[in-house]
Amino acid sequence: MADPEEEAIAKVDRGGTAKPTGRRWVTIVVWGGLLGMLGLLGFGLVRAQQGPVGVGAEAPEFTLNTFDGGQVNTADLIGKVLVVNFWASWCKPCEQEAPELEMAHRMYKSEGVVFVGLDYLDTEAEALAYLDRFDITYPNGPDLGSLVSQAYRMRGIPETFIVGPDGRIAAVQIGPYSSLDEIAAHIEQAKAQ
Amino acid sequence: MIEGIGYAALVLSFVLALYGAGAAAYGARRGRPQLIESARRAMLLSWPMISVAALAIIALLVGGRYDIAYVAKVTSNAMPPYLKVTALWGGQGGSLVFWSWLLAAFASAVGLRKWDRDRDLLPWVIVVSMVTLAFFLSLVVFVENPFSRIWLTPEGGQITAFFRPEGARAVAPPDGQGLNPLLRHPGMIIHPPLLYLGFVAFVIPYAFAMAALVVGRSDDRWIRVTRRWTLVAWLFLALGLILGGRWAYDVLGWGGYWGWDPVEIAAFMPWLAGTAFLHSVMVQEKKGMLKHWNMLLIILTYSLVLFGTFLTRSGVLSSVHAFAQSAIGPMFFAFIGISFIGSLWLLLKRWDDLRGVNQIDSMVSREALFLLNNFLFIMILAVLFLGVIFPLASELFTGQTVTVGPEWYERITGPLFAGLLLLMGVAPLSAYGSSSWRALRKQLWLPVAISLVVPATLLITGMRSAAALLGYWLAALVAVVTLYEFWRGASARRRRHGERFPVALVRLAGRNRRRYGGYVIHLGVVLMAFGIIGIEIFQTETQGTLGRGDQLTLGRYVMVYEGLTRFNTPDGRDISRAEVSVFKDGRSVGKLFPRQDFYLAQNQPMTIPGVRSTLEEDFYVLLVGWEPIGQDGATFKVYHNPLVNFVWLGGTVFILGTLVAAWPEREPEPLRRRAHAQALPAGD
Amino acid sequence: MRRYSGWLVGLLLVVVAIVTTMVTGTALAQDEQPSDDEVNAIAKRLYCPVCENVPLDVCPTQACKQWRDTIRGQLAQGWSQEQIEQYFVSQYGDRVLATPPVTGLNWLVYLLPPVAFIAGAVILAGVVRSWRQPPVSAIESISEPADDPYLERVEEELRRRG
Repeated sequence: MADPEEEAIAKVDRGGTAKPTGRRWVTIVVWGGLLGMLGLLGFGLVRAQQGPVGVGAEAPEFTLNTFDGGQVNTADLIGKVLVVNFWASWCKPCEQEAPELEMAHRMYKSEGVVFVGLDYLDTEAEALAYLDRFDITYPNGPDLGSLVSQAYRMRGIPETFIVGPDGRIAAVQIGPYSSLDEIAAHIEQAKAQ
Repeated sequence: MIEGIGYAALVLSFVLALYGAGAAAYGARRGRPQLIESARRAMLLSWPMISVAALAIIALLVGGRYDIAYVAKVTSNAMPPYLKVTALWGGQGGSLVFWSWLLAAFASAVGLRKWDRDRDLLPWVIVVSMVTLAFFLSLVVFVENPFSRIWLTPEGGQITAFFRPEGARAVAPPDGQGLNPLLRHPGMIIHPPLLYLGFVAFVIPYAFAMAALVVGRSDDRWIRVTRRWTLVAWLFLALGLILGGRWAYDVLGWGGYWGWDPVEIAAFMPWLAGTAFLHSVMVQEKKGMLKHWNMLLIILTYSLVLFGTFLTRSGVLSSVHAFAQSAIGPMFFAFIGISFIGSLWLLLKRWDDLRGVNQIDSMVSREALFLLNNFLFIMILAVLFLGVIFPLASELFTGQTVTVGPEWYERITGPLFAGLLLLMGVAPLSAYGSSSWRALRKQLWLPVAISLVVPATLLITGMRSAAALLGYWLAALVAVVTLYEFWRGASARRRRHGERFPVALVRLAGRNRRRYGGYVIHLGVVLMAFGIIGIEIFQTETQGTLGRGDQLTLGRYVMVYEGLTRFNTPDGRDISRAEVSVFKDGRSVGKLFPRQDFYLAQNQPMTIPGVRSTLEEDFYVLLVGWEPIGQDGATFKVYHNPLVNFVWLGGTVFILGTLVAAWPEREPEPLRRRAHAQALPAGD
Repeated sequence: MRRYSGWLVGLLLVVVAIVTTMVTGTALAQDEQPSDDEVNAIAKRLYCPVCENVPLDVCPTQACKQWRDTIRGQLAQGWSQEQIEQYFVSQYGDRVLATPPVTGLNWLVYLLPPVAFIAGAVILAGVVRSWRQPPVSAIESISEPADDPYLERVEEELRRRG
C-alpha cells in the first residue's frame, strides 16, 4: 500500500522541473496508489455490509478439536443435517437457549442430525463448567484463533447456522432460540433441502 | 403531522440544494447573473428549510413519539428533556440532519458576504457547498430517514418506513430504548456538535479552492478570503478533540484521555492536514510559493473530513464511538471517491497555471522550515492512516485481522512530534528569504542555553527517562523562544511608542493577530506537551481487592475503603458507589466516590472514576468490582496521573490563541484617520 | 550543499530514533503469588475482541474478567509473559496482541513508516534543491522552448514593427 501523500509530494516535485517520463511514472503511481486505497476501503465496506454467511451459501468447512479430545470434521458430515452453534460461557443470552439446544440434540440424535458447539473467545475452565451446568452432551470445542467464527462472519453471540445435507446453509439464527419449536422448524427446513 | 412537515422540509431542501448547484453551474457557464443570484437565494433558503426539519425532529423527541423509529431508538421516558433535545445528534439519521443544518448555516453565511471582488468565484462556491449538502441530505431523504415510523406487517414482522407499507399498521412502543449511556455525559453532548462544526467549516475553504481552480485564478485570493473560515474550522475541531479527550478521561474509566481508537484518529487526521495547511498558506501569501501544495492540502483536508465521517458511520471499522452499521456506507464511499478523484483531476488540469515562483534561498529560512513542518505533519498523517487502514489490509490478504494499538502509534509518531516541537522552537527565530545559519545560531544559542536548565534540573532531581528529558527540553525551548518573541516585540513597541509593557504586549498582539495568536497556540501546545509527557511516561497504577477498612498504597497516596452503597435512580440506573478516604503523605485530603452505573435498559455498565485533582497530579480511583452480597470486599484500580491537568490547561490556552488569531481585524481605516490615531499616544 | 546535508543527517537521526524505539521491548519478573498488578501488566498488552480497542486490563466485561483469571492461573504456574501471549494468540488469533506480530504481511506496518519517511525526505530534498537553483537559469529554461506559439507571435509582432 502506497502513501498517497508521498506521491503527492513527488507530484509537486516533478511538476516544478517537468521531466516528461518521470512525470508519467509518478502519475501512474499516484493513481495506482489511490485506486488501491479505494479498493481496500471498498473491501472493508463490502465486509461491513455483509451479514453472516447467508442462507443458500456453501457452509465454510472446519475441523474442531473438542474439549474431550475428539475431533469433528465437517467435510465428513456431508449428507447429514449439521447444527453449528456459536456460544460462550460469558454470554448471558446463550444460557437462554442452551437447554433447548440440548433437548433438540437428544430429539434428533436418532435421525442423524449432528450438533456442534463452537466456544467463542472463551476460557476453558468456565466453558467446561457451563457445559456441565446445562448437561450438554453434543461435541463442543474452542474456536481456535477465532478462525471459524470469522469464516462464518459472525457478528454477535449467540448465532446458529443450520447446514443442509448438501453442505449449504439452510437457516441462520441471530441471537438465541426462544423455543424448541424454532429449532425444530429450522432443522425440518434443512432436511427438506 | 409533524413528521410529515419535517420530511417535506428535508425533501424540499434536497431539491433546493440540487437546484442551487445546477443553476449556479449553468448560470456561470452561460454567463447569466440572474441564475446565479437565484442559486444564491436557494442556498440562503436551505438553512431555514433544514431548520424546520431539525425542529420537527426535536419536537418528536421531546414529545415522546415512540411510533417514530428514530425517537424510539435514542430516547426513553426516563431521560430528562435536555437529553431528549440533544438526542438530535445521538443517532445516525438525526445527526446527519444536524450535519446538514450546520453546513447550510455556514453556506448561508458565505452567501451573505460581500462578493464584489470575487463575483467569479461565487457560482462555484455555491456548486461545491450545495453538492456536498445535497449529498448529505440524500442520505436522510433516501436511506436514514429520521421520520420513518414503525410498522407491523400482516406477517407479524416489524419494519420501519415513512409511508405505510401494504396492509401494515402503525405501532408505538410505550417506551424507547434510550440514548447510549456513553453519550449522556455533558462532555459528550457538546463534543459531536463541535467536531461537526469543525468538519463542516472546512467545506468552505475547499469550496473556494475548487472555485479558484474552476475559474482558473492562480492568485492567493481564495486563501485570503477563507483564512478565517479555516481558523474557525480548525478551532472547532481542536475543541471537539480536546473535549472528547476530557470525556474519555471522565467517563470511559481507563485512566487516560486518548486511546488511539480509529474513530478518534479519524477526527484527528483532518486536523493534522488542516494544521499543515494553516502553516503552508502563510508561505504562499508571503512568497507566492507552494500553490500546488496548498491546493493538495485543502483537497486532502476535505477528503479526510468525509473519510472521518464515513469511518464513523459505515461500520467499516468497529470502535466504541462508531454508529451501528448502516446502508449509507456505499453512498459515502462513492461520494468520497468521486470528490477526491474529481478535485485531483481539476488540480492536474490547472497544474501549469499554478506554477509559482518556487525559490528557496536558505535551508534555514522561514519558508524552508515551514516545508519541514509540513513534511512532518504529512508523515504523521500517513502513519495514522496506515494504522487505521492496516487491519483491513491484513484481513483482506491473510484472513486474520490484527490490532494496531497505542504502543505502535506512540513509538512511531513520538519522534515526529518531537521534531515538530524542535521546529516550533527554531522557526520563530528564522526570517523569510535569505537567512543564514550563522544568524540563526546567534539568535538560538541563548534560548537553547536557558532551556537546557530544565532538563538539567530534572536530571539532578532524579529523572532518568531519556524520552522525558528530551521532551521537556524541547518544550522548554519552545516556551523560551516564544516568550522571547513576545518580549522582543513588546519592548520594541515600548521603546518606539513609550507604552507600558502590558499595554505594549496587548497592542502588539492586536496588530498582528495571526502571528501572536499563533504564538499563544504554541504556548498552549507546550503546556499540553508538558502534561502529555507527564502522564505518558510517569503514570503509575495499582489494583487491589480491599475489605472494609483496608488500605491500598500508590506512591505517596494511601486510600482506605470505607464502604459501598447501592441504589436505583429514577432514570433507570443501578448505582454502586464506593466511599474511600484518601491520604497523601499521611495527611487526609478528602473522600472520593468512585462508582459503577449499570444502565438496566441497555444492560451496560459505566465506570465513573473518583478523582482528586490538583494542578500537579490527579489521584484517579476506579471501582472495578465488588462482592454482590456481603458488600464487604471491593476491587479498586488506582492511577496516579502526574501533570494531566496541564493537558486541559494547555488546551484552554490553545483555544484562546486560536480565538486571538481568528478574531476579526478592524476594517483598514482610511489613511488620514490612521495617521491621527497614531499621533494620539504621543500626545498623552 | 554541505549545509543541506547536515539537514538530512537530522532527518536520518529521527529515522534511527523511530527504529530503535520500535525494537526495544520490556521484560517482566515473575512471582509465585501473582498480584493484580502483575496480571494487569500482562493484560495491558492484550486486547480482548469483546471490548473493541480497549486493553484487557481495563475492560469491564465478563469475558475479559475470565481472560484475566486465566492469566492469573498461568502466572501462578510460572509462565512467562511470552508464553502467555503465545497461548492467547493460539487460542484467539493475532488480534489479541496490542501490536501486530512481526510476521508475514505485518512487516509492512513496521517497514512502511521508516521507508515512507526516507522516501519523503529524499523527495523533499530534491524539491528544495531544484528550488535553490539561481533564478537566471530558471528563466533560461522557461524561455528555451522556441515553439511556444505565444512567444512566436510576440516576436513576429516586434519584427513587423521594427
